[in-house]
Amino acid sequence: MPNVSVNGITVDDTFAEAFGMRATAIIITAPNRKWARQAAVTMTGFATSVIGCGCEAAIDVELPPSATPDGRPGCRVMILAMRTDELQKQLLTRVGQCVLTSPGSACFAGLEGSAELKLGSALRYFGDGWQISKKIGGRHFWRVPVMDGEFLCEATTGLTKGAVGGGNFFVMAESSAKALVASEAAVAAIGLVPGAIVPFPGGIARSGSKIGGKYKGMIASANEAYAPTLRGVVRSELGPDINAVLEIVIDGETNDAVAAAMKAGIKAVIELGPKKGAVRISAGNYGGKLGKFIYSLKDMLP
Amino acid sequence: MKPLTFTLVAEPPERLDLSPLTPERLAGMERRDIEKIQIGMSKHGSKVGDIFRIAGNDPLDIVFEGGSTRLDRLAEGMRGGSVRVVGNAGAQAGRAMRGGKLTIEGNAGPHAGSCMRGGRLEIMGNAGDHLGAPLAGELAGMNGGVLIVRGKAGAFAADRMRRGLIAVLKGSGDNAGSRMIAGTLVVAGGTGEMPGYLMRRGSILLDRAPKSLSSSFVECGAPESVFAAVVDRHLIAEGILKRPLLGKAPQKYGGDNAVLGMGEVLFPR
Repeated sequence: MPNVSVNGITVDDTFAEAFGMRATAIIITAPNRKWARQAAVTMTGFATSVIGCGCEAAIDVELPPSATPDGRPGCRVMILAMRTDELQKQLLTRVGQCVLTSPGSACFAGLEGSAELKLGSALRYFGDGWQISKKIGGRHFWRVPVMDGEFLCEATTGLTKGAVGGGNFFVMAESSAKALVASEAAVAAIGLVPGAIVPFPGGIARSGSKIGGKYKGMIASANEAYAPTLRGVVRSELGPDINAVLEIVIDGETNDAVAAAMKAGIKAVIELGPKKGAVRISAGNYGGKLGKFIYSLKDMLP
Repeated sequence: MKPLTFTLVAEPPERLDLSPLTPERLAGMERRDIEKIQIGMSKHGSKVGDIFRIAGNDPLDIVFEGGSTRLDRLAEGMRGGSVRVVGNAGAQAGRAMRGGKLTIEGNAGPHAGSCMRGGRLEIMGNAGDHLGAPLAGELAGMNGGVLIVRGKAGAFAADRMRRGLIAVLKGSGDNAGSRMIAGTLVVAGGTGEMPGYLMRRGSILLDRAPKSLSSSFVECGAPESVFAAVVDRHLIAEGILKRPLLGKAPQKYGGDNAVLGMGEVLFPR
């Protein structure tokens, strides 16, 4: 099938290629929305890509007081990693350093999965013997004394082995400003999809990469085929009208969540139209041989 | 199948041990065999057939129509199914139960829910002394499950409790939560003297300040408590209470420092 044009935007006949990952989720609550977000943003900082951060994490959805276990505003945070032990380590260090420390916070399981990861059952040792174990309605909590009262933390949270990392699409525009506007629209739309996160800064990656490089030890390096300044000197994927490419990378709890997020993001870009935003949409893959999950762009059209 | 119903024909002439009449022990039994089970505890030696008229056939759903304070050890050790008593119960109702649901629509005698480990025991009326507590010589009291008393409880409720939840909704007698090892005791409607006497760990949650505490309890401030919010919401969601018990920032007293001192008494300020 050749490339198609939808609402004046060219959609390449290609596909995104994604990988199986391990994921967990927690619910962070705080006295108000500001501090729930603050704890969540802090613990998901420096978590854009497993290449250098150990995990990929972001806020999945914000939760109103009616949807949290303690009736306070909260955020559901998702964390993904390639291996269970790395995910466990990242979960504990991030919650221990960023949520336990955040004023008024509490932390609950955000996923029922095939296995459990330690949460409060490890962080309780901060209590130095003054921690209190409580079982309420079949759920196990630890109460750890801190300087503004108590940090309440559920003992464990769930782990899923069916998560997907690396769903993506490229937003290609005549200028970087237009690429950014279109990408922001996509990120806003994906924010409403439960179970999917966009872990890069503000949900957007500008340094999409290829695997490996000419220097020894580089796991990933510049994707020159999509770099507009190299258009004339390498075998470029960019036509003369493209001056900026931004990548939206999507991680999801399930295959379906990633597909739903890609659909929502691509729909938002297409609805914005080529005058204000992108003129072309593409996606990144490795020829379809490495990743377990394939998302063909023609199946993602609105 | 219809509930297996035991209808009390007349006031029993002696105390009865009803521990054989649980879903597990009646499973697969014929009615005529059930009628021959001896339950009388004196020289009368009454059998089930002398005391009750039996109807129905589902041993997982047992109903006692008509109660008496002489009906002891109801549903003792039950593991599943449901037992409902339309009337009063005697001593040790639901003792050592591990699962299932026991409902007593009238009052219960002493040692109701003694040493229970699981399941749900709900008493619509009042409960006697030693609710959930161990018998003489036993080291721990209630060890899991949920015990709800919609009326009052006597003295020493939750004595030596180790795990689980006890909720008393119309006040308890003296020394509620005495010698608690852990677990949660909720008392709305006021407690008698010295709740938490010699408690080691565990939580006693009250709807008002206790009228006295042992002098080895110490004031521990009243910071905002997420635990209080989670407990309040749980009690309402379970239909145990209608409105929040503790509020956002309950007052805490820690104790009993005459022993380990890691327990707490919480109540709204």
